[in-house]
Amino acid sequence: MRDKQIEDLKDYKYGFSTDIESIKAPKGLNEDVIKFISNIKKEPKWLLDWRLKAFERLKVLKEPDWQKPKYPKIDYQDLYYYSAPKSFKDKPKSLDELDPKLIETYQKLGIPLNEQKRLNGIAVDAVFDSVSVATTFKESLTKQGIIFCSISEAVQKHPELVKKYLGTVIPLTDHFFATLNSAVFTDGSFVYIPPGVRCPMELSTYFRINASDTGQFERTLIIADKGSYVSYLEGCTAPMRDENQLHAANVELIALDDAEIKYSTVQNWYPGDKDGKGGIYNFVTKRGLCKGKNSKISWTQVETGSAITWKYPSCILKGDNSIGEFYSIAITNNHQKADTGTKMIHLGKNTKSKIISKGISAGFSDMTYRGLVDISPNATNSNNFTQCDSLLMGNKCGAHTVPYIKNKNSDSNIAHEATTSKISEEQLHYCQQRGLNPEEAVGLIVNGFCKEVLQQLPMEFAVEAQKLVGISLEGSVG
Amino acid sequence: MEDQLKTDFEKNLRDFSYSDQEKKFKKNNFNVFLEQGFPNRKLENWKFSDLNQIIKNNIGELTFYNDYSKENQIDKIELINELEHNKLIIVDGKIEKIDFKFEDKDKIEVLAEQGEEIIKKNINSLINLNNAFSNKFCKIIIKKNYSLKKPLVVYHSTNKDTKFKNTNSRIDFKLEENACLKLIDIFKDNSEKNFINIYYNFELDKSSILKNYKIDRSINNNIKYSYNNIKQEANSVSETFILSSGSKFFKNEINCDLIGQHSSAFVNGIFDLDDENHHEIKSNINHLIENTKSYQLIKSVLEKKSKAVYQGKIFVSSEAQKTDGYQLSNAILLSENSEFNAKPELEIYADDVKCSHGSSSGSLDENSIFYLMSRGLNYKEAKKLLINGFLLDVIEKITDEEIKNLIKNLLGVKE
Repeated sequence: MRDKQIEDLKDYKYGFSTDIESIKAPKGLNEDVIKFISNIKKEPKWLLDWRLKAFERLKVLKEPDWQKPKYPKIDYQDLYYYSAPKSFKDKPKSLDELDPKLIETYQKLGIPLNEQKRLNGIAVDAVFDSVSVATTFKESLTKQGIIFCSISEAVQKHPELVKKYLGTVIPLTDHFFATLNSAVFTDGSFVYIPPGVRCPMELSTYFRINASDTGQFERTLIIADKGSYVSYLEGCTAPMRDENQLHAANVELIALDDAEIKYSTVQNWYPGDKDGKGGIYNFVTKRGLCKGKNSKISWTQVETGSAITWKYPSCILKGDNSIGEFYSIAITNNHQKADTGTKMIHLGKNTKSKIISKGISAGFSDMTYRGLVDISPNATNSNNFTQCDSLLMGNKCGAHTVPYIKNKNSDSNIAHEATTSKISEEQLHYCQQRGLNPEEAVGLIVNGFCKEVLQQLPMEFAVEAQKLVGISLEGSVG
Repeated sequence: MEDQLKTDFEKNLRDFSYSDQEKKFKKNNFNVFLEQGFPNRKLENWKFSDLNQIIKNNIGELTFYNDYSKENQIDKIELINELEHNKLIIVDGKIEKIDFKFEDKDKIEVLAEQGEEIIKKNINSLINLNNAFSNKFCKIIIKKNYSLKKPLVVYHSTNKDTKFKNTNSRIDFKLEENACLKLIDIFKDNSEKNFINIYYNFELDKSSILKNYKIDRSINNNIKYSYNNIKQEANSVSETFILSSGSKFFKNEINCDLIGQHSSAFVNGIFDLDDENHHEIKSNINHLIENTKSYQLIKSVLEKKSKAVYQGKIFVSSEAQKTDGYQLSNAILLSENSEFNAKPELEIYADDVKCSHGSSSGSLDENSIFYLMSRGLNYKEAKKLLINGFLLDVIEKITDEEIKNLIKNLLGVKE
């Protein structure tokens, strides 16, 4: 039974593509395309100006090249920057009007958009190629004053909030990919939790790249007002294609006084085939700002997909007593490459941060943990704890740890530990002796290795992630 | 700076009788340096210490010409009396005296000629600077099965009113099979605002042992850079200990290639910094074959506006199964203006390895202070006792008893 299940899952299960007619902006990156995107989204002038300003800045920026995984040069003029299902020109008013093919796609992905059938109560915003296609549970959220919609909708309906917060954590002048996103971002989720509200359900977004030759540039903005709480989940998949596709998203989180944001990602973009052909370049900028006192931002990520993952979800701990957390599992197999980690920038007094990173590499893959802990002179009495463990399977793969540790405050403490090892023969032997086959045994041990991080995920995701951990390592033993 | 460099280099070539091969070698190195200049923070290895800026701020314009024909006074240099030793005295980059008076003469060979460059790849522009401007460097060979009876002390000294802003020196060592060398580097600076660039090459044959102790204790305003390149054959052992304390700026770089099975490398260091001193240790331990071992321990005590940087890297190639690599760095920040930066890096391509690192930085433990004060010590004494214990950990790693005691005395650390 399990063998069959594994057989089914061995290949990338989300590798189908959906045949839907789509509208695309002309290929290439120029002012006209930016105007086209802005126009089709009926954006106000300030946003267009903002995009153009980013584009101006982009012209002088250079693509960074310090990362470990190198990739062939991307021709930015050969990409579509906007692609939307045709039937969406006039956005459907309700789910009934959705293209049945789209609903089917999301059902294949295991994301039910049909509200009535949902029992466990997760509000979903689905982003297909460049546009958000559906947001569920809107009504019950609205009652509490929570805004959860696509960012294009937010621009129309809540321009004051978007204008106030957009680009405050990731400024226009940031690095190349972030600025590229600012210029051409198409859609994404917008969340606002009003003061004192505890969001009653998990909010979730599923991203899917469908069309070929498209880059996906979504932008997510989450604002937790004073004393509020929100847990947000993100999942991503893409069809199997031979060429590499670029995904350069920006995610900004802002936590005001006493607010808490929990952001979980299960990233399962198409990783390319066994010989490393195709797959997604996942170059994402995620940054959270603990703006207010006693605020907290927690990142949890399970990274199993993408040909190249290159991202550092960060926390800027500006408010006094604020807390930043980062829990990560990164698994690379075959020819996948990952360079991921976090940045904890302590600016406020009594700030605390915790980093738990687990990296597993198998096959011909390469995994790097790169992290920064920076305690500024004013961040009195701050604390950081970092633990990064790597597991290697075979001698064709690599695992690297590159932590940057800066302490400029004598009343603050930093502790950092890292280990690299392999699965011990004894553990394997023990499991196999009790009837598990080698792959099951490895799955079990790896799940134990990752337990600290898996525990941080919300229930529904934890199950999925656990399965994913097993699947990602198929074929890496022996 | 460029004009100065060119004229100084021309003068250098003209004034000394280099062979054609040497000239070619120097020219090549000079051109690389001319192109790259002093390392700056844009280079990953110099991220925390922008040497270009440091030289500009502390020295200003550098001159590079060095008159090696001048005789230097060496009898005024203060020598260590605590232990009997062989001497090698370098003044302003010129080797003034080599004296192996305690050793069998036929067991040690000293060559003073330009050999083949050992490092083929480009490390950094300072090596090129060194090769372009250093005098004929010397090569010391310790013959098979010979252990030096007494340690060799290299005195790095400068003249009080030296005209040479930049001095470069290079020594190559070869330890033949089963040989053993204890090498102590002592810095005696009489001048101010110089840039001192030192480059050592070590070849360790089978079963040889190298112990290198670098002691930078006397307070001075000089900027220093030292590069140790160590190549280790099977069963060889290298032990490097760095006491980094007196200079304005000092970066010690250790590159160690473990190419023979069962070879091992130890790098231990202490940063004991005060005022605005800025010191760095950068290590590269390259495990290139099976069954090799490395161990690194760095402890820092930072006062006032001082800044310490530790960049340690363990590289394990895919052939280097059964590698055992360990790094630990601890820092105590005693002043609110002091700063500790660390980058303990692991780059691993083999799976059957045991590699780990740890790093911590912070203040003195309040509870321990309280404990000691409740037993009648005053704050100052309590602090001293704790730091004493903290540093003793590293000093205990020194395998040579005599030198261990010497360093203990220098630091005022008691057991």
